[in-house]
Amino acid sequence: MAATWVWAELEGGRLNPTVLELVTKARDLGQPVEAVALGPGASEAVAELGDHGASRVFVSDDPVFEEHPAQPAAHTLAGLIAQHHPSLLLFPTTYDARDVAGRLQARTGSTLMSNATGVPGPDRAQTQIFGGSTVVEVKLGGPDPKLVLVRPKSFPAEPVGGTAEVLLVDVDVPDEMRRARRIARHEEQAAGPKLEEARVVISGGRGLQDAANFALLDELAKAIGDAAVGASRAVVDAGWVPYSYQVGQTGKIVAPDVYIAVGISGATQHVVGMKASKRVIAINKDADAPIFRLADLGLVGDALTIVPRLTEAIRARRG
Amino acid sequence: MNVTVCVKYVPNPQGTPELGPDNLLVREGVEGALDPGDEFAVEAALQLAEAVGGEVRVVSMGPEVAMSAIRRAFAMGAHTGVLVTDPSLRGADVLTTARVLAAAVRRSPFDLVLTGVESTDGSTGTLAATLAELLELPSATFARKIGIEDGTTLRVERQTEAGYDVVEAPLPALASVTGSAAEPRYPTLKGIMQAKQKPVEQVSLADLDVGDASPTQSVVSSERATEKGPGEVLQAGDNAIARAADLLAEAKVI
Repeated sequence: MAATWVWAELEGGRLNPTVLELVTKARDLGQPVEAVALGPGASEAVAELGDHGASRVFVSDDPVFEEHPAQPAAHTLAGLIAQHHPSLLLFPTTYDARDVAGRLQARTGSTLMSNATGVPGPDRAQTQIFGGSTVVEVKLGGPDPKLVLVRPKSFPAEPVGGTAEVLLVDVDVPDEMRRARRIARHEEQAAGPKLEEARVVISGGRGLQDAANFALLDELAKAIGDAAVGASRAVVDAGWVPYSYQVGQTGKIVAPDVYIAVGISGATQHVVGMKASKRVIAINKDADAPIFRLADLGLVGDALTIVPRLTEAIRARRG
Repeated sequence: MNVTVCVKYVPNPQGTPELGPDNLLVREGVEGALDPGDEFAVEAALQLAEAVGGEVRVVSMGPEVAMSAIRRAFAMGAHTGVLVTDPSLRGADVLTTARVLAAAVRRSPFDLVLTGVESTDGSTGTLAATLAELLELPSATFARKIGIEDGTTLRVERQTEAGYDVVEAPLPALASVTGSAAEPRYPTLKGIMQAKQKPVEQVSLADLDVGDASPTQSVVSSERATEKGPGEVLQAGDNAIARAADLLAEAKVI
C-alpha cells in the first residue's frame, strides 16, 4: 500500500516540533506512516519519529543538507519518491520546507497545497481562508505524491510508543545543486521564553506609535512571567522589531493560553497566526477594529496608557 | 546587471474577498493593484540595477487589468514588461503559474530573478522555489537584506524561525524578498507620465512552451468556520483593567 510520508525537518540538528504533529496525524489516514530525515541530527531523530508512529525512516546525516539550502534535499527526495511511490507527503510550514516542497513540485509535477490546517484523507486537505472565517476542503489531483504544507499546531503530537526501521539513504548531490551556500546562522533570541512556547503572548502593532513603546510590552511580559513579546507584520516591516517577533501568516503561528493584541487592528495576515489562542485580550483605540470580533475581552482606549496600568494591576495582585 | 521581477495583480487587499459559485476567488469587477508584497521586490530590483547599471524587467501573469500592476512598477522606475494573459489561466494553480512565469522570464536575458515572498491573495509562499527549480537557478528565499558582491555573487540575509542565515549564490540566481529588504519609493509624476510610454510585450499561453494548464486542486466544500461569539468590549477604565487581570488569573498565567 502507498505510504504517507512526513518531511522530518531538522533545524540545527533538532527535529522541528511540527513534524511530530504531522506523524501523529498521519496515523489516521489508513496508510503506512514513514518519514524522511536528511541532514545532521537525522539519526538521533529516528527514535522520536518511531515513538510517534513512523514505521520506517529514511535517514542521512550528510552535512550537504545543512550547508546547501533546499536543492540537495529536493533532489534526494525526488529520487526516493521515484523508488518508493508514496501517495502523500506532509511538510511542516517552515521557510526551509516551503523551499524543499516548492522545488520538489517542479520535479514531480504534483500538486502542492500550502497553509493546510486539516488533512481529512490522503487526497484531501483543508485550509482556512479570509482570515480563518471560511474553511475550504480541497481535493488534490494530479500525479502522486500530493504535497501538503501544514501549519504548526494544527494537530496535537501524541506518542504511541513504536520504533522505526532505519533505511540509510544513498546521497548523490551534483555540484550544480551546491551553488547556493549557507554561510552563517544568526539567532536573534529575545530574552525570556520563546514565542511559540510561552503561555502568554503579547503582540504590538502600529497602535504603539513608536518602536520605543515596545518597552511597555516587555514590562508587561516581565510582570506576567511566562510571557513573550510578538509583533504584527506592519511594525516588523517598519523595522521597529526584528522579524523573529512577527506573528502571522508569514511569521510565527502561536497558540498560547492568553494572547494580548496591543494596537493591532486584526488584519487577516495577523489573525491567521494567533486565532488558535485559547483566550484573547485586545487593546485598541478603534472600537470597530476587527480584532475585537475574536477577542474574549476588548479594551477600547489608548494602548500607551492601558498597558502600564495593566502591568501595575498584575504587580499589585502578585504583591 | 539585468534584473527580472515577477509581480502579481491582486484584488485590493483592503476589500472583502468572496468565493464565486465555482469556488474561485471573485476577481471580476473587483478593484485591484500591484501586490504590496511585490513592491518590495520591485524596489530591491531598482536599487540593485541602479547601483551597478542595468535594466529592470517586470513579468506578470493575469487578466488584462494586470497591466496596471506593470504600469505601477514602471512608474517606480522599471524599464520593460511582459504580461501573460490567457482565459485558460483563470484559476491556475501555483505549478502552472510557475511554469508560465518561467517561460516568460526565459524570453529575455537576466542575471537575477526577484519575487515577493508570497502573494497577498493566494499566500502559498512556494512559487519562488518552484520557479528557481524550473529555471535551474540557485536561490535564496525570504531575504530580509539583499546585495550583490563583486558583481558576481548574490548575498542575502535569509529569515529563519530563530533569526537569519547568510546565504550566498553565484549569479544567475533567484531571490524572494520580504518587506524588510527595501522601502518602496513613491512614483514621481514624471515616473507616472513615463510609465505610459514604456514597452510591454503581451503574450498568450500559445506563445509559451508550458503544456498542460489544467488545475490539480479543486475546492469540494466551503463553510463558515465556527467562530466564538464576540466577547466583552469595555471602554478602558479601572473596571476594564481589573477584568483583564481577572482573565489572566482565570487562565492561571498569573
